[in-house]
Amino acid sequence: MEKNLSLGEFIITRLVKASGYSAIVFVTLIFYFLLREGLPTLGEVELENLLSTRWYPIESYFGILPLISGSLIVTIGAALIAVPFGLGTAIFIAEIAPRWAREILKPLVELLGGLPSVVLGFLGILVLSPNLRILLNLPTGLTAFTGSLLLGAIAVPTVVSIAEDALDSVPRSYRDAALALGATRWQTIWRVTLPAARSGVLTAIMLGVGRAIGETMTVMMVTGNAPVLATSLSALFSPVRTMTATIAAEMGEVASGSIHYHTLFFIGMVLFIISLAVNITASSVVFRQKKRAERVLS
Amino acid sequence: MSVLVPAPAASGRTMKIQIENFSLQYQDGTETLRNINLEIVANAVTVLFGPAGGGKSSLLRCLNRLNDLADVQNRSGRILLDGQDIFDPKADVIGLRRKVGMVFARPVVLPMSIRQNLTYGLELAGENRKSRLDEAISRSLKQAALWEEVHDRLDDPAIALSGGQQQRLCLARSLALQPDVILLDEPTSGLDPISTGKVEASLQELKKDYTIILVPHSVQQAARTADYAAFFLQGELIEFGDGKTLFTTPKQKKTEDYITGRFG
Repeated sequence: MEKNLSLGEFIITRLVKASGYSAIVFVTLIFYFLLREGLPTLGEVELENLLSTRWYPIESYFGILPLISGSLIVTIGAALIAVPFGLGTAIFIAEIAPRWAREILKPLVELLGGLPSVVLGFLGILVLSPNLRILLNLPTGLTAFTGSLLLGAIAVPTVVSIAEDALDSVPRSYRDAALALGATRWQTIWRVTLPAARSGVLTAIMLGVGRAIGETMTVMMVTGNAPVLATSLSALFSPVRTMTATIAAEMGEVASGSIHYHTLFFIGMVLFIISLAVNITASSVVFRQKKRAERVLS
Repeated sequence: MSVLVPAPAASGRTMKIQIENFSLQYQDGTETLRNINLEIVANAVTVLFGPAGGGKSSLLRCLNRLNDLADVQNRSGRILLDGQDIFDPKADVIGLRRKVGMVFARPVVLPMSIRQNLTYGLELAGENRKSRLDEAISRSLKQAALWEEVHDRLDDPAIALSGGQQQRLCLARSLALQPDVILLDEPTSGLDPISTGKVEASLQELKKDYTIILVPHSVQQAARTADYAAFFLQGELIEFGDGKTLFTTPKQKKTEDYITGRFG
């Protein structure tokens, strides 16, 4: 009996361990594959060409700067939309809305988070971009701004959902204490609840931004896909092309093992590094705060 | 000294708070307070005691309208502070909370320095003159018997203080606003006897300047601290009178059973 128990224990611990390690192995394998397919580019394409402003692979122009700038401009635009709206909605749901409204809004927002991005892209092409073109008097409605709006809409549910959880887990006693000192509701939210939920709110923002950087389908459909380097703010209202859209659009037609193929993987590497940097920055900020709190408590 | 007669007959003393026919019902159908009539005397410690679920904390949270945010279904009756109905739609809730300070069962220090914790309420009220803030810090810390322990490290994070110090900091924080009334909801439930003694001693000092309403964490504490005592059982006020009389010769059988430990 005891032996059976310890055997069961043995199997289960090993299984848990194996699945834990396998996650690490898979990520390493993905990274290895990415490096193996992407790094040859550095030997095949001169750095000058790679860092030029022309992306025209058929004529052997492999400048990836327009793609990076396209991704950045769309993502920053999306973050500028998603963060205020997302946090505002989260604060409304967690702190202000009456209970019945909260019970409707929270699942609704999470439902929106599950909306397939291709559907949003479809709406973007059919509804948003024609109207934007007329409203802003642009030559085309397929612009970085259109992409930002839609990506913002995609990131908002993520931000709302996680930030709301973080705000909700702030002990009620903090709010009571602030209110009992004569703080207004707004002072309580801004000076007590939000700072106390800081790490969760930051995670929410980072995951929202991460969602926006990695999003492919929508941006491919609505940003116009013109690889032009953004040099001024007006680029926001002209077509751009993002890294993800480039990979998705061209990977299917490229000859395996060609320079173009390797360059697409190289773009994937750059994307990987950018999102890694975002994640590390976010978690180090959160981690540093935790460390400080622990030090103080001990 | 003549024996104090239970309010409302207590003449010669100023009434700070009058609670008239007050009832409170929560949304989940539980009735917490039924028809409470109570008068709180200024510059004295009034103790609200009784077993858990009796409505003591609910009543306390009505006195500074902290219950506004809870799921209150129904409320009837009046609470008068200095003769003004605090539930008057035109009443200034923020002003009321500055006038009626509160200390909670578990010390809630805000995640900032000791100094910031103390000046927080004043800054919210728009006070930013350094001299006033410094004056408030030293006065409130001395009143809460904490000055000796922390005056040389005011910029340390408040969370680094011990539990007893944190609770006295919370007391000092409400004192910094110079309220009229201080509500304490089991302020010593998590404290060791020495810290408890310090808090109780400072209450006896503070009652010279403030009106104090205390929900004690034990009958013994109620008996030690009460000038006036009110016994609550399942939402009803069973007995109210001056502390000495109530704890030595209670009039109601239920009160006697509770303070002698037959139930509770």
